[in-house]
Amino acid sequence: MKELLAELTETWGPSGYEDSVRKVIQKRIADRADEVRVDALGNLIALRRGKPKRGVAKRKIMLAAHMDEIGVIVSHVDEKGFLRFSGIGGVFPPTLLGSRVVFGDGSTGVIGREKVDKPDEAPRMDKMFIDVGAVDREHAKRRVGDVATFTRPFVDLGQRLVAKAFDDRVGCAVLVQTLLGLKSTPHDVYFVFTVQEEVGVRGATTSAFGVEPDVAIALDVTMTGDTPEAPRMAVALGAGPAIKVKDRGMLAHVGVKNWMVQTAERLGLPYQFEVLEAGSTDAMAIQTSRAGVAAGVLSIPTRYVHTPSEMVDLGDVQQSVELLLGLLTAPVGF
Amino acid sequence: MLLKELSEAVGVSGHEGAVRQLILDAIKGQVDEHRVDALGNLIALKKGHGEKRRKVMVAAHMDEIGLMIVRIEKEGSLRFRPVGGIDHRVLLAKKVLIGDKKVPGVIGSKPVHLLEPRQRQQVVHVEEMSIDIGATSQDDASNLVKVGDYATFDVSYRELGGQLRAVTGKAFDDRAGCAVLIQLLSGTYPFDLYATFTVQEEVGLRGARVAAYSIAPDVAFALEGTICDDMPKLKDVSPTTIVGGGAAITIMDRSVIADRRLVDLLVRTAEEHGIPHQFKQPNMGGTDAGAIHLARTGVPAVTVAVPSRYIHSPVCLLSLNDLDSTVKLMRETLMGVNDIELNR
Amino acid sequence: MQTKDFLKQITEASGVSGYEDSVRELVRTEFALYADEIRTDTLGSLIALKRGERSAETPRRSIMLAGHMDEIGLVITQAEKGYLRFSTVGGFDLRVLLGQEVVVHGHRDLPGVIGTRPPHVLSSEEQEQVVPLDRLFIDVGLTEAELAESVRVGDIVTLRRDFTELAGGLVAGKAFDDRAAVACIAQCLQHLSTLKHTWDVYAVATVQEETGLKGALTSAFGIEPDIGIAIDVGHGNMLGVSEVDTVNVGGGPALGFGPNIHPVLYEQLVGVAKKYEICHQIDPIPGASGTDAWAMQVTREGMPTALISIPLRYMHTTVETLSLKDVERIGRLLALFIAGLSEESASELGLAR
Repeated sequence: MKELLAELTETWGPSGYEDSVRKVIQKRIADRADEVRVDALGNLIALRRGKPKRGVAKRKIMLAAHMDEIGVIVSHVDEKGFLRFSGIGGVFPPTLLGSRVVFGDGSTGVIGREKVDKPDEAPRMDKMFIDVGAVDREHAKRRVGDVATFTRPFVDLGQRLVAKAFDDRVGCAVLVQTLLGLKSTPHDVYFVFTVQEEVGVRGATTSAFGVEPDVAIALDVTMTGDTPEAPRMAVALGAGPAIKVKDRGMLAHVGVKNWMVQTAERLGLPYQFEVLEAGSTDAMAIQTSRAGVAAGVLSIPTRYVHTPSEMVDLGDVQQSVELLLGLLTAPVGF
Repeated sequence: MLLKELSEAVGVSGHEGAVRQLILDAIKGQVDEHRVDALGNLIALKKGHGEKRRKVMVAAHMDEIGLMIVRIEKEGSLRFRPVGGIDHRVLLAKKVLIGDKKVPGVIGSKPVHLLEPRQRQQVVHVEEMSIDIGATSQDDASNLVKVGDYATFDVSYRELGGQLRAVTGKAFDDRAGCAVLIQLLSGTYPFDLYATFTVQEEVGLRGARVAAYSIAPDVAFALEGTICDDMPKLKDVSPTTIVGGGAAITIMDRSVIADRRLVDLLVRTAEEHGIPHQFKQPNMGGTDAGAIHLARTGVPAVTVAVPSRYIHSPVCLLSLNDLDSTVKLMRETLMGVNDIELNR
Repeated sequence: MQTKDFLKQITEASGVSGYEDSVRELVRTEFALYADEIRTDTLGSLIALKRGERSAETPRRSIMLAGHMDEIGLVITQAEKGYLRFSTVGGFDLRVLLGQEVVVHGHRDLPGVIGTRPPHVLSSEEQEQVVPLDRLFIDVGLTEAELAESVRVGDIVTLRRDFTELAGGLVAGKAFDDRAAVACIAQCLQHLSTLKHTWDVYAVATVQEETGLKGALTSAFGIEPDIGIAIDVGHGNMLGVSEVDTVNVGGGPALGFGPNIHPVLYEQLVGVAKKYEICHQIDPIPGASGTDAWAMQVTREGMPTALISIPLRYMHTTVETLSLKDVERIGRLLALFIAGLSEESASELGLAR
């Protein structure tokens, strides 16, 4: 799992440019799925067909984790070769100060900042720029529309791991491990690695329309309330997978939520309930697909979300895989 | 000149009938079929030649930003609210035309003589404004207008000449796009072209959403009159697009990340044919492509636009050179659309 | 059931967005009196079908009426020293919560209160500040240990308010947004059982409107009606709010007009109101209506939609106030409108054959 997480988080893949991440995942799952396809927007859809099981109603289950990460896009190359930029997805300006970003071709830039008029002025993206070390516009070799992500190596602290883009490569890793560990299931399970979640859950919208699931579970990260003077939240790192009740975009289907709780209790797995004040997930889009889908979310507690150094607990991640396997190998509980 | 008629026609979001009729008259002879859907979109089909034909949707929106009368006051003045996104500051002291009868009115503003220096520094919000149609009472006004009537700015199309062949007028967002689409219909293509004149883009890309669901295209292009912010600035930052810089290609805006294969096709085509083109500043604004690309199982889409200064205000400015570049770029690109690989 | 009694019954019940079960059962019982079929869809919207009578050659047409049964509420986020922290479900003005009684739906329903510190301990500056969400607590009077047994993070909380009759046929209570509309729809069905109509009627009590129009979006997709009318509440006149932004309580149904409303459908509704002398008012809406009509209009290939609003004061508080006469007028208007629908209406609306 650690090795998978390292590979996934270090791959370059901002929203709209997920090709490399898709290739990494495709390589790992290709021979463990019955069908694999890539749709119009770039979502990777892998189907594992159900083996009929007496007394168990076969359902169509969609699992979703997004491949894209937040990043920045060049809006202007000035005369001196400095790059003005805006964010792709929810980029939090203070995290940019002093950061390095990397473009698709591997070249690096440093983020600089205009002079500060007021000492406690909040950092703003429109007062920053990327310095690629060029001497003027021609030598900058970058154009309007080029995209870049944060760059930071994966670090193994033992029980805890640090990397950029655990949101949502950790979700992708959980899906990959689940698919690899799933010997047989009574349901038709679609493992969907979505695109463009960070810019508006777009991949989930179109992939759900195509898959037409009965039930869906998104795998994504959630924040924690266990760091010094953190905004209040009952989720803690290392306390187990979080079962979502609600976030800014949706209310989890009560049946799915209860099914997840019952399964965790049956397997003796720890779990926590999550109410997230800001943000949403692919499940929000899937829930309102066509005539509606019973959708829930299995969240992996993560500290420092949307910064270059997100942190997860290995136990939470592994237990998420166990919970998911428990769900897929049993009847759907509603 | 087609752009003149389109610009002067009145069609605020939700009330696009007059523009639709004008466009229908202009394209009837060029298309095989057309229909108007529940929201008012005009969907025209020009069948292509050849066996297995792709479905290509090209959209331009008919609606413009405007105002709606929301109350007639006792003494005959009219309260109003914006339809679509309008900066409050452009409204003071402008002339408007209300309803299908185009009743003239003025948005009044307190004379400078009566203002304290401090007040001249304050922005007046739309809730404090009113339209004067010369009525002296509520009854008097009710004979001319009613609550719910739409109003537009009273602005005539003008040619400024010069190397840029600049023109001014209202609603270039998106009558410029409509003009481009109408011109494209005079060509013949190796695919089925769904020329879609959409409604209600300005209030949430509404028409495009249902039109795309209905058409279910393989590929889509949205044509726009887009943001051009090339006035002198204090810092060396993006002008979003520049007048005279050619057709503006969107790589990413707030509503869509353009399909890279379509962007590449546009760029290749522009370079091959020497067509002036530019890239619109990313993350600015949203267009019909935002709604279209999410229809059903997804549609590769891109937006191509004519740069227009001062959109969403009474008087816009664009260069006919840029309009022509956009038509040319789209025409040549459409010829190559059949050949691009859409599978992944 | 009488409108007033039904309204009282459903508004005193609990049904926060995403947790509408209790209310749904009450609505089901009432709609079942008039419907040919009833079902619940995946997200929980209640869909009742009352078939019209038509000849074999007449094409089948259907109209969907939508009123949402969910109410705004709260959700428990954390327990702390015997008190409960919470977050909101739907749009809230936090200021109305001070001193509000609630019901916490934990292991069992627990009555509680959102307490407020007494003025004696507060400085005059503190009394001038709005209490932020993280300084508000629900108190159910239990010890920390008892709390751990009976309440969990994620439990839903309903605000508590009894239905109250004021003078002049006005009533006040919680969740009139939008259960008053559900009452209008029930009224409409009741009237329709005595009238002839050719169009099929889908009476839908939608879910999760307050958290994103989700029930309307998905139920409309499943039903595929020819036209849709949403009934919701509109801001009623009150002191201190400009008349531009309100409609009159007691002034009859407020018929919406603007991009979200099909202009012909609007004219047809006005026509019926005038013909039967039903007092009504116009409600200009220059953009998004923020109601189920916004979602229905762009489902699938789009449909003609209209919005009828019940004038309502103090929206999103527990003392929402409206006139029962307005509710009755809307029930009647809808029924008479539906009874008048024909193939001619369909072609006026531009519906395909």
